[in-house]
Amino acid sequence: MSHVVVDPVTRIEGHLRIEAEVDGGQVQEAWSSSTMFRGIEIILKGRDPRDAWAFTQRICGVCTTVHAIASVRSVENAIGAKPPPNARVLRNLIMASQCIQDHVIHFYHLHALDWVDVVSALKADPEKTSALAQSISDWPLSSTRYFAGVKTRLKDFVDRGQLGPFANAYWGHPAYKLPPEANLMAVAHYLEALDWQREFIKIHAVLGGKNPHLQSFLVGGMATPVDPDRQASLNMGSVARMKELTARAREFVSKVYLPDVLAVASFYKDWAGVGGGVGNYMVYGEYPETDDDKPPLFLPSGVIRNKNLGKVEPLDPAKITESVKHSWYEDGAKPLHPREGETRPRYTGPKPPYERLETAAKYSWLKSPRYDGEPMEVGPLSRMLVAYGSGHKRVQELVGTVLKSLGVGPEALFSTLGRIAARCVETVLLTEKIDTWVDALAANMEKGDLRIHDTGKWDPSSWPKEAYGAGFHEAPRGALGHWVHIKDGVIANYQCIVPSTWNAGPRDGSEKRGPYEAALLKTPVADPKQPLEILRTVHSFDPCMACGVHVVDVERRELARVRTG
Amino acid sequence: MGSREGWLAEELRRRGISRRELLYFCAGVAGAFGLPASAAAQIANALTRAKKPILVWLEFQDCAGNTESFLRSSAPSVAEVVLDLLSVDYHETIMAAAGFQAEDALKGVVKNSPGQFIAIVEGSIPTGADGGYCTIGGRSALDIARDVCGKAAATIAVGTCATYGGLPAAAPNPTGALGVADAVPGVKNLINLSACPANAANLTSLLVYYLTYKRWPPLDGFRRPLFAYGKTIHDNCERRAHFDAGQYVEVWGDDAHRSGACLYKMGCKGPVTYQNCPTIGWNDGTNWPIGCGHPCIGCAEPDFWDKMTPFYKHLPATPGFGAASSVDTVGAWLTVGTAAAFAGHGVLKRIQHARRKPEDGSAPPGDTGATRPGGQP
Repeated sequence: MSHVVVDPVTRIEGHLRIEAEVDGGQVQEAWSSSTMFRGIEIILKGRDPRDAWAFTQRICGVCTTVHAIASVRSVENAIGAKPPPNARVLRNLIMASQCIQDHVIHFYHLHALDWVDVVSALKADPEKTSALAQSISDWPLSSTRYFAGVKTRLKDFVDRGQLGPFANAYWGHPAYKLPPEANLMAVAHYLEALDWQREFIKIHAVLGGKNPHLQSFLVGGMATPVDPDRQASLNMGSVARMKELTARAREFVSKVYLPDVLAVASFYKDWAGVGGGVGNYMVYGEYPETDDDKPPLFLPSGVIRNKNLGKVEPLDPAKITESVKHSWYEDGAKPLHPREGETRPRYTGPKPPYERLETAAKYSWLKSPRYDGEPMEVGPLSRMLVAYGSGHKRVQELVGTVLKSLGVGPEALFSTLGRIAARCVETVLLTEKIDTWVDALAANMEKGDLRIHDTGKWDPSSWPKEAYGAGFHEAPRGALGHWVHIKDGVIANYQCIVPSTWNAGPRDGSEKRGPYEAALLKTPVADPKQPLEILRTVHSFDPCMACGVHVVDVERRELARVRTG
Repeated sequence: MGSREGWLAEELRRRGISRRELLYFCAGVAGAFGLPASAAAQIANALTRAKKPILVWLEFQDCAGNTESFLRSSAPSVAEVVLDLLSVDYHETIMAAAGFQAEDALKGVVKNSPGQFIAIVEGSIPTGADGGYCTIGGRSALDIARDVCGKAAATIAVGTCATYGGLPAAAPNPTGALGVADAVPGVKNLINLSACPANAANLTSLLVYYLTYKRWPPLDGFRRPLFAYGKTIHDNCERRAHFDAGQYVEVWGDDAHRSGACLYKMGCKGPVTYQNCPTIGWNDGTNWPIGCGHPCIGCAEPDFWDKMTPFYKHLPATPGFGAASSVDTVGAWLTVGTAAAFAGHGVLKRIQHARRKPEDGSAPPGDTGATRPGGQP
């Protein structure tokens, strides 16, 4: 039995520590710990709720739009503001482009090095690499000379003796299975994706002034003026620019990302049987298509239990609770009402520097959210499964294509590999969809609808004396909820339950493992000193730890309370 | 390993980047620093002779926003080369190694290259809970910062959290978060690149400046490079003419808003924020916050989460404010009025600090290094 500690888990956002017991070449037990705390909800108390989006946005600079979206939605829900159609469309564009860029970065820059042996690429034959690339895609950067150039560049880099971010890694590990040519192709696309992400995200500069940390959100709408006849507004030039960027995204995703995922996955089919985890999936749903109170969503909400794709339950937020038994917070002796609710952080872990956490006691800054008492996985896999189970035609087609290409059945989705495939399917889906919102913006402008804001609810004097609101969002990493309590025009309480809290949280009050912890069970580990396989399963969730750590009230049944009057 | 003399020149040739293109890029860099065009050749020569200095990038109480910003570096076609100028030996978000192999990389740099590497710090450093609010590899953020920054040739605090404590340090600062200057007093050659996040162009410009001249640029009283923090947003704002003419946005989406009028009344903090956003823009000059219709929130200034909020409350009005006033008069009035209003928070002092230049003989705080950043050549 070896006790394996992976800290820091790199190529993620934030600070994550995994401890695992490895025996017989497999993980027998695992603990997931988040090791950083800021206390943003405490900081929010007493502030103007119209400012909250900017504060919560800084929860994360990777998924840099998601907390802003959830925040403005929660405040709008509380005060009864109704963003006009243009604001909904602009937000859909911002959310979808965030998701597209985030997923591509995750695959190439955060996850690929778990599957791609960079050093092996030095042995590749550029001619064979070209043949491989051209056999899976008609992406133009595929000639022998192109790959020879990439190989030379890589060789020069290695020969200079300064390996920088590629030093000390697990190159040559027996779990790497790709032939040298596939490795070289992946290295080429790693570099191309680095350029691509920088270019594509200019769509956020068009819509939000800058990225990271876009600055165009408002409670009640958006700050980006819309007018086809003004140069200081989003106009037809902006429409053309966005369409150019989305067209290039479609091309890159369909001709590079998707073929690469299928190619890489074909060498790692055994990972369709690893990393399944809790088998429960939860989705809030996203992309409102109308401005109704309960609009149809492009990606539906729902809950799947025990991997049963045949039954998608409707989501009921009233069933969400949280446990702090294994989290560094004071235990809630009794349920607290949110009006008085206050949870105090209390670090009781080992004094640093430390070697091991006390996993029988409290061991993480994350809490343990549960739905109807059960741990839930959230994220692209959950979204694609719920859409698939709900009869979403295009999702069914795309998922079917991927499964057929790999020669596996739907059960393969419940795995480490399934998460990778689902993330890619979602990216394809969104690149296909996104232009409908660009078109909707242009159509609104043509109709003369230039409204971007519900101005009647801007002044705090128009708000109720006291109000509660909830804002839900499907962030790239999964279901995100913000809850706000406003009293006398300022924030009385603010709470977030974030995707990585659902996925990376510790054991709960009844010792049920969180999704990371459950997914790591039975993960093979060839060499406990080089825990590459542990990284594979953890990275497949796309951890975002800064997002995950929050101060929220214990046993908050009130989470479900949404202002209806 | 051999000599690295001229490796960049080879790189450029191999990638089909001509000397002319490099000069074009360097002219842009020279322009950003307000240097004469003739400096471009000097920069280009220095770049092509450069060795790869080691850089380690530490993340503490951060959101990775500055890392993401860095990934958007977009100096055309040569951007990649600029990144290759450095050997990034430790950066949690991008490095292949994990766990103790990653920590070994950091320890190796500190042990084998003391005084010869650049440290970049992202995120604030918590002092509460005996270090328990942020640990990496079981070590506290403060312990790591003292060790690594203490051995670095220079430390760049990137983003407002690493610079002044930022969001975690906003009232009531639940974790006792500090910026680098306060958490590691006396750290050598500290450069602050505030803003939330810092603009990638300012970070790459700073690094190119250092690689070229082997010294750091002149700094303001907050140890920020004057090339990026020498003027207010308001000084260079594309909407300044509307401010001077008294044309203001009153309601989101109104005719004035659609026409690009001044956002002062909607809460714009551009008049009291020192940053070059209006000059260089964001994401390769694609846009910037005021360009998309939202007020500046003052993110490059100390304690902006407390001092610049509520964000939508406008700065104090001043006598003589409006179309009839001359540009400079309005600017002066505005600063005075704002300063008076903020005096209780100590903002006045900070603004004066920010305006004070090293040439006035006052050593910037924390400057204990032998090579004085901000010194003249």
